[in-house]
Amino acid sequence: MNGIPTTTTTAAATAAPTQPASPARDAAARSSLSRRQILGLAVLLALACVLPFVLGNYRVFQLTLALAYAIALLGLNMLTGYNGQISLGHGAFYAIGAYTAAILMDKFGFPYWATIPVAGGVCLVAGFLFGLPALRLEGLYLALATFALGVAMPQILKHNSLEHWTGGSMGVVIAKPDAPGGIPLSQDQWLYFFTLFWAVLLFFCAWNLLRGRIGRALVAIRDQPIAAQAMGVNTALYKSLTFGVSAFYTGVAGALASIAVQFVSPDSFSIFLSLALVVGVVVGGLASISGALYGALFIQFIPNVADQISKAAPWALYGVFLIGFMYLMPSGVAGLVQVIRRRFPGK
Amino acid sequence: MKSVQFPKSLWLAASLVLGGALAAGHAAGQSAPKEIKLGQTMPYSGPASAYGTIGKVHTAYFKKINDEGGVNGRKINLVSLDDGYSPPKAVEQVRKLVEQEDVLALFQTLGTPSNSAIHKYVNAKKVPHLFVATGATKWNDPKNYPWTFGFNLSYQTEGEIYGRYLLKNKPNAKVAILYQNDDYGKDLLAGVKRALSGPNAKMIVAEATYEVTDPTVDSQILTLKASGADTFINITTPKFAAQAIRKVADSGWKPLHLLNNVGASVGSVLTPAGLDKSIDLVTVQYYKDATDPQWKDDPAMLEWRAFMARYYREGNVEDASNIYGYITAQLMVQVLKQCGNDLSRENIRKQAENVRNFKQSLLLPGITMNTGPADHAPIEQAQLSKFNGKQWVLFGEVLGGAQ
Repeated sequence: MNGIPTTTTTAAATAAPTQPASPARDAAARSSLSRRQILGLAVLLALACVLPFVLGNYRVFQLTLALAYAIALLGLNMLTGYNGQISLGHGAFYAIGAYTAAILMDKFGFPYWATIPVAGGVCLVAGFLFGLPALRLEGLYLALATFALGVAMPQILKHNSLEHWTGGSMGVVIAKPDAPGGIPLSQDQWLYFFTLFWAVLLFFCAWNLLRGRIGRALVAIRDQPIAAQAMGVNTALYKSLTFGVSAFYTGVAGALASIAVQFVSPDSFSIFLSLALVVGVVVGGLASISGALYGALFIQFIPNVADQISKAAPWALYGVFLIGFMYLMPSGVAGLVQVIRRRFPGK
Repeated sequence: MKSVQFPKSLWLAASLVLGGALAAGHAAGQSAPKEIKLGQTMPYSGPASAYGTIGKVHTAYFKKINDEGGVNGRKINLVSLDDGYSPPKAVEQVRKLVEQEDVLALFQTLGTPSNSAIHKYVNAKKVPHLFVATGATKWNDPKNYPWTFGFNLSYQTEGEIYGRYLLKNKPNAKVAILYQNDDYGKDLLAGVKRALSGPNAKMIVAEATYEVTDPTVDSQILTLKASGADTFINITTPKFAAQAIRKVADSGWKPLHLLNNVGASVGSVLTPAGLDKSIDLVTVQYYKDATDPQWKDDPAMLEWRAFMARYYREGNVEDASNIYGYITAQLMVQVLKQCGNDLSRENIRKQAENVRNFKQSLLLPGITMNTGPADHAPIEQAQLSKFNGKQWVLFGEVLGGAQ
């Protein structure tokens, strides 16, 4: 054990439980979603599609950012929640993804939609390469190494040798894409659906990945690395691949967010972003796919709520919220949802 | 299970909190007809939170104006939001101000990165983006960004003033420059280099940079000293300015030390650096320094102190930002007065372009604010001053940029 408190939830769209209540239920949950879950997901998706037509453009923009955060949190959750590797530097991958998209559009004239897979690919490689040496580090030591990456990233982006590409501290301004011809959507609504498309796709992939053999291997490495190895799991490969895939998700999220914000600069990706992502993962629920959504809503909206309540000490209030969440929902929002679902089981 | 009742009530509490928050967000949407709604983002938290006081002075000053009956009978309502000095947050908050709060104009949004992030957006939306609190030169670009107005003496103009001062008074100077590695530092450096161009470019013998996140600039100072320079242009923000002044003195280097205005506050820079170590520093100024004894009985300063005591008691009267915020708020009120009863965005822009010789008595004598359709930079003059161990002493005449 790496000493990380993890939940093994099966909330709405989640993976297989790792410590199932009963073998029968486990098998059922693993093979597919229950009818109730599918219904729930359909309602959620329908709601997600209706919202942009009900809310103003500003709220739609906020939801787009929240969706991007959710993708990043899902990536970080694979690494931290499922695989037990703590990363305090995922903001760096978010930044790499954002800058890849921005530079491709700004310097090479890529269309915005084509930058997303490239941004993810670049981060996949970067994450995998960072994951290789990180194999030697465990627990807190890995946390510190990734923290260093997160702290260094804004300065690396400002570095003179990269300035031609990154624009130094001036950053890069991105043009906002219009909806393709014929679709009567505002720019914000279009970007929302574009981000939603990626979110649904990546959530589905993650669910597929984590509920089966690979997911079990990741959890086994987290809980009993030696036993996992004895069972024939290639620990080193799995760990660095997880790092890569996790970075891929975070990079895609960074690219999506940068297109929505229309601007990237080193100040956008301070170490606080990395910490916010960790907060999101823990508040949402470790080792839970749906937790990424709750966590994203938390990091997107709670600072605003805190700012609205008090101008003098918004971060103190944020702290109160955080402590409140941790105290009332020790296994994250997803954990709480699971408790509620157990309380009212479907027929 | 014992805990079963617990989550249910929790759920309820959580949804109440969330619902309440959303409702609160909506309630603020409408503006009363008898009110002028302005918006801004400020770094109340984060690395630049020291500047947050500017937003608080604004709020306090508008309260004073409202207490006295408002502008043409209308109250000013300033919605000031925290952006934590993070550009994405600034975009989000400004969109909130424009699309949800429905503000008439933005006023003094602070920080070069944050304003860069919203530059295109506010111009596309045709929202007056008034008197941004940054000295970057790019805000004065009416042709491409007709809705954006600068305020500060631009960094380039300031740099030019130093360069031309050297050309005139110390033509054989060997110049070493320390600057912050960002937009602001490079902008000021560009001004210096514009003045010291062509054959004079070789006057600059050394340059060094630092990052805002660096702990100290000691090693940079030693490198610059080793270059054999006899003149030092110090382009740094307050914390680093204090470190640099101290290190220059401690290392025994005795250059002609030109300190940029950003780092020239007696209260927050020279005092911590050591007043004796600050003797003979040269800077430019365009507004009065509250800690400067020569303005102790100045009527404008007394008026400002009375305002601070009544409306912003917790504010630090030694902090130059509180004077700066007071001056900008007055300029804003002047523009609103000029608007009369036509409070359309178009008219606000027109009036912001129509500031003529507006004299604010906290500005140095002889300096006035002027704008025009091709000039979105209200302040383009400054005066050199030298520190005598106690205060800045103005010398020479009021100088302008090269335009």
